[in-house]
Amino acid sequence: MKETIQSFLKDKFSHFISKEEEILTNLPTFFLKPEGIVPVLSALKTAPGIELNYLNDLTAIDWLGKKTPRFEVCYLLRSGNKSSTRVQFRVALEEDEQVPSIISIFKGANWPEREVYDLFGIRFAGHPRMDRLIMPDNFQGHPLRKDYPLEGFGQDYLVEDLLTIHLKEDMEA
Amino acid sequence: MYEKTAEHFSLKQKKLPEGHLLVNLGPSHPSTHGILQNVIQLDGERVVDAESVIGYVHRSFEKLGERYTYNQFLVCTDRMNYVSTPLNNIGWILAVEKMLEIEVPDKVTYVRMIVSELSRVMDHIICNGILGVDLGAFSGMLHLFHHRENIYQVLEKLTGARLTTTFCRIGGLEKDIYPEFEKDVKTIIKGLRPAIEEFQSLLVNNRIFIDRTEGVGGISAEDAISYGYSGPNLRAAGVPWDIRKDDPYMFYDKVDFDIPVGEDGSVLHRTLVRMEEMRQSLRIVEQLINGLPSGAHHADMPHIYLPDKSKVYKNMEELIYHFKLIMHGIKVPKGEYYMATEAANGELGFYIVSEGEKSPWRVHVRRPCFWFYQSFPELVKGSLLADTVATMSSMNVIAGELDC
Repeated sequence: MKETIQSFLKDKFSHFISKEEEILTNLPTFFLKPEGIVPVLSALKTAPGIELNYLNDLTAIDWLGKKTPRFEVCYLLRSGNKSSTRVQFRVALEEDEQVPSIISIFKGANWPEREVYDLFGIRFAGHPRMDRLIMPDNFQGHPLRKDYPLEGFGQDYLVEDLLTIHLKEDMEA
Repeated sequence: MYEKTAEHFSLKQKKLPEGHLLVNLGPSHPSTHGILQNVIQLDGERVVDAESVIGYVHRSFEKLGERYTYNQFLVCTDRMNYVSTPLNNIGWILAVEKMLEIEVPDKVTYVRMIVSELSRVMDHIICNGILGVDLGAFSGMLHLFHHRENIYQVLEKLTGARLTTTFCRIGGLEKDIYPEFEKDVKTIIKGLRPAIEEFQSLLVNNRIFIDRTEGVGGISAEDAISYGYSGPNLRAAGVPWDIRKDDPYMFYDKVDFDIPVGEDGSVLHRTLVRMEEMRQSLRIVEQLINGLPSGAHHADMPHIYLPDKSKVYKNMEELIYHFKLIMHGIKVPKGEYYMATEAANGELGFYIVSEGEKSPWRVHVRRPCFWFYQSFPELVKGSLLADTVATMSSMNVIAGELDC
């Protein structure tokens, strides 16, 4: 599978391959440029013999102090029920860079993309609703970044905010 | 007041048409399994628009995973799907063991599989039973709860805990099985088989139940795949994917079982798929318990599995291993690994990025609920308010798994 995809990418999308790096992993991994993610994934979804039609997982890694660029968004795809054909695509990003949303290809990318934005602060261009998903709307910072302190920035303002919202509601009622 | 709460969500943007009503189902509602909120826009009794709000039980598992050692994180995995805890546990253990390239004795795998399948039965009992409760049929759940309790008692005897069992350890099991384990499991199977049939005739074959569920909240196979469905919900839509068959882990390639498949992904078909899966799980357990091998309950690897306490007090060697494991943890070699297992709700994946330190650099959990629950608004649009409850219930959304 790895060779098929490799030659497919080299033939048609060589300008979208950002680097070829060997990582110790059980998943064949390909690095793509941010602008290449939508054309490559939509081509691979229907390419005969490959058909990566199932978005298995979508997440990100913060390599603070280990690698540059700092972030990597990981797309894990597989072809039908063949679980052993999982392939990972990665997009390396700087802190304020954006990556295009893949909702147009996989409907299921909606929440995972919002989750990555919520926890890492990576924005997905073209997403219909780039809001926080898990954290409260008035939360400060992105908790899964390596430079986010384990105890938070101090939660006082948060509790206070939540209290005032409820207090006002009660008083009006 | 409802409008005030709904202001935080996207529905606030729209001006509500005359006669429409916003209803907050939850955050803590008897029909939501756990804490999650559904804001539903109603025209009479018909659902016009819906939105799910999650995050109420978010506990930052992934951040904790970056901080804890591999053994410490084991305790966290229990808290994800709190209806079938051993399954999460085993998923994490298998991922770490693959990274460390450990071979465990056959007996360990057998016991893990038996516990996995019993947990799956437990999970399905809850899902189908509570679906009945949400639709107003209470006795069905009570009927099977007795047998769920029996499984819990075996887990209690096996591990000392009922809910958060933390049953496995890297390289083996927490402790050896107790002498009557085999007998107890056989008793469970004997009691459960007729009980499942009885449940089927009492609830699932009931005319009222069928009328309430047939064709309700359905999803096409194509959409289900696009949304990243997995597990019983995907199979109910007619897609026969099961990691136990497609990419067998443990000994799933050596046991005999079938994969039930539904047709239209509706509430009824989800229920039927789960009913059949319970029967298949019992079939697997029966095969395993009859061939349960004897032997040690852990691999002979003192630098990974905690040495026997009685030896720690007497021998220097064991004392050192004990100290190293407790203070420094297990050092997993540098690399990345994605391990997927078939949990009760579908594909549970653990993605570990290790930099060769005592705790992982990054842990990610691919939890099944998170992927299929995002389609909820689309499923309920156009149906009745009462149908949203049935749909939510039959999807088996576990809030602890949703918000890792």
